[in-house]
Amino acid sequence: MSGTARWGQGAAILLLGIAVLQAPKAAAEESCVECHRAFESDVSAPTQVMDHDIHRQRGVSCADCHGGDPTASDQAAAMDPAKGFIGRPSRREIPQFCARCHADPSYMRKYNPNLPTDQFAKYLTSQHGKKFQQGDADVAVCTSCHEVHGVRSKKDPLSPVYVTNIPGTCATCHSDSSVMDRHGLPVTQHWEYAQSVHGQALLMKGDRGAPHCASCHGSHEAAKPGVVAIGNVCAQCHSLTRDLFAKSPHKAAHEALGLPECEVCHGNHLIRPPTDAMLGTGPDAVCATCHQPGSAGYATAQQMREAIDGLKQELGSAETTVKQAAELGMETGEAEYALNEASAKLTQARTYVHAFSFPAMEPMVKEGRAEARTAQGQGVQAIHEYHFRRHGLWITLVILLALIGGLLLLIREHDQQPPHPSGPPPSGGAP
Amino acid sequence: MALSERLRAFFRARYPLDQLTELAAHKTVPLHRHSFWYYWGGITLLLVAVQIASGLLLLLYYRPSAEAAFESVKFIMTKVEFGWLIRSVHAWAANLAILAAFVHLTSAFFLKAYRPPRELTWVTGVCALFLLLGFGFTGYLLPWNTLAFFATKVGTEIAGIVPVMGPWVQRFLRGGPDVGDVTLTRFFWFHIAVLPMCLFALMGLHLLMIQVQGMSKPLSVKEERAIRFLPNFLLRDLVAWVIALGIVLCLSVYWPATLGTKADPFGSTPAGIAPEWYFLWMFQTLKLVPGHVLGIEGELIAVALTSVAGAVLVLVPWLDRPARAGRSSWIVAALGVLGLAYVIGMTVYAHFFAGAG
Repeated sequence: MSGTARWGQGAAILLLGIAVLQAPKAAAEESCVECHRAFESDVSAPTQVMDHDIHRQRGVSCADCHGGDPTASDQAAAMDPAKGFIGRPSRREIPQFCARCHADPSYMRKYNPNLPTDQFAKYLTSQHGKKFQQGDADVAVCTSCHEVHGVRSKKDPLSPVYVTNIPGTCATCHSDSSVMDRHGLPVTQHWEYAQSVHGQALLMKGDRGAPHCASCHGSHEAAKPGVVAIGNVCAQCHSLTRDLFAKSPHKAAHEALGLPECEVCHGNHLIRPPTDAMLGTGPDAVCATCHQPGSAGYATAQQMREAIDGLKQELGSAETTVKQAAELGMETGEAEYALNEASAKLTQARTYVHAFSFPAMEPMVKEGRAEARTAQGQGVQAIHEYHFRRHGLWITLVILLALIGGLLLLIREHDQQPPHPSGPPPSGGAP
Repeated sequence: MALSERLRAFFRARYPLDQLTELAAHKTVPLHRHSFWYYWGGITLLLVAVQIASGLLLLLYYRPSAEAAFESVKFIMTKVEFGWLIRSVHAWAANLAILAAFVHLTSAFFLKAYRPPRELTWVTGVCALFLLLGFGFTGYLLPWNTLAFFATKVGTEIAGIVPVMGPWVQRFLRGGPDVGDVTLTRFFWFHIAVLPMCLFALMGLHLLMIQVQGMSKPLSVKEERAIRFLPNFLLRDLVAWVIALGIVLCLSVYWPATLGTKADPFGSTPAGIAPEWYFLWMFQTLKLVPGHVLGIEGELIAVALTSVAGAVLVLVPWLDRPARAGRSSWIVAALGVLGLAYVIGMTVYAHFFAGAG
């Protein structure tokens, strides 16, 4: 520390001493804050963020965590170990330090009875916790994710553990090669996740229901899901797909080969939106990576792809027809309903691909094609009706014109006749 | 004896048919350079007849309740054979009937057809136009779509501005504090029962007086030329009717009536709510009058001015004193042109420049 800074600190302490001596008794309870705020060094850092700290907002004081006597105006008395002052806990002490309250159900109940108190227990089972117990100084502790004196509720959008901020918070360490290299871990997960269908939904579209790091790995208990558990992780949302997979011939095959379930075809962090190209035997088809030509699996993949393509083709053609009818100004509500049904069946059929059995998915395709044909028929009917209306109008207009012609002839004929012989003088002259 | 002869003899024995046929045979219509305007009354009559016919057909399927009205109109438009045409014809003929009645009224004004002894023909005609506007206002709500619902809300709010009677009239129209199911039932009752009865009575009187007094001839026309009503004028009337029918059909096929979305009474008012075109000039007047003028509420002033304009229109035969004396007055003509220019100008302004279109 430079001489100037030291002089500055001395002056601050002196001024602080005077301020504390002159402060009324009521304000003396805030002596920790008052003293620390007066410093220009790191010592004042907690006071700069503590206003939005959830602990302070709920009435937890500095002394409740750090001990000491906040009513004492004298620094030595306030920070007297004899009065329970424990000072700043080291990084090694943090998990236990937080757990003093957060693992105590009877204490936490008075703040929030719904708040779990098993975070510390879970932390010890996590990859972070295990390494921590082995003395690894790199691993995350409570403050790595929740901050120290500016702890916000996880429901606060500014919190590092708010759902849309979680990937970025994890990436603080997991994208840092200087840390990850020491543990032989990759640093690409966040980048991959951000490109994935899940990352796009959460980070770009703000879909808070989309999965983030903790959805698959857990938060306090964060760990790799492992080969066996991956299916269960995905099934949290993709339950039908998982059920279909569990009953499919792939289940036993994956178990026998020690392969994870979903990850083999879809990947893990970089899960792209699935396309129909992944199905079948084409160059991008994942089926063909395992199933050889001539095998039953190869034939099934081919058959399923053809069925999906057929439904898509019929749906596309029906959509074009219905759109054309709508552009002509015809009522297409029912046809659009049928299109939606067909589209829903296509989605369902794509899900049933995971049964890896053509007979299981065939009913969806058949129903979808039937709905598409209904929509197509209604669209064609609407276009036909459009032309019928116009042709009908023109025929009617020709008839009306003929009628006008006839009437004009009649008018001419009658105009040439002399007025009524016994008629009175024209009444139009009145008054 | 032929059947037709026997029938004629049967009625002749009971009713003075000969007098009627004599009257018809000798009825004439003046023929001059303004005769064109005589056809507009007949066109209005035809369009009203089209309204009755198409309205009766719509009644076969229409269900007057907030739950079912929209769906029943949708059913008419999509499922009933030629239902789309019937509804479109009803919607278009309604607009054209009001337009034709307006042209008829304007021509009668400028040709001074209201001169004694035809004052009551004018009064019944003006009142019939008001009734047609009433048909338009009540019929607009019946499909129970979003646009109609909120336009009716605004329209009935305006009725509430009138002092003393206003709140009562508004409550009577709405059937409660707000537009709802009861309003629809009431509007339906007005549209198919009350207004038609009143219109039949007024048009009956209007036509009777025309038959008794004959058609008025403009002051500027001095010649005594005339054509027989039967069949010469009636045939010309028929030509006009066929043309009007053709126009209604073309409009109905090329621009069929739309339905929009079902009204949601709890939804927020959509942007661009505007009444039908024939109310636009009044709506625009309401919007243009400042909030307060000399301490009086602006809306009240606009409603009062419109009401006074309506009353003046009814009383034109007595207010135009020169016409009563058989003279034409440029002041009355100028006032008429000004009034017409205001109505047309405001309608065009509201439709094209104030976003009401």
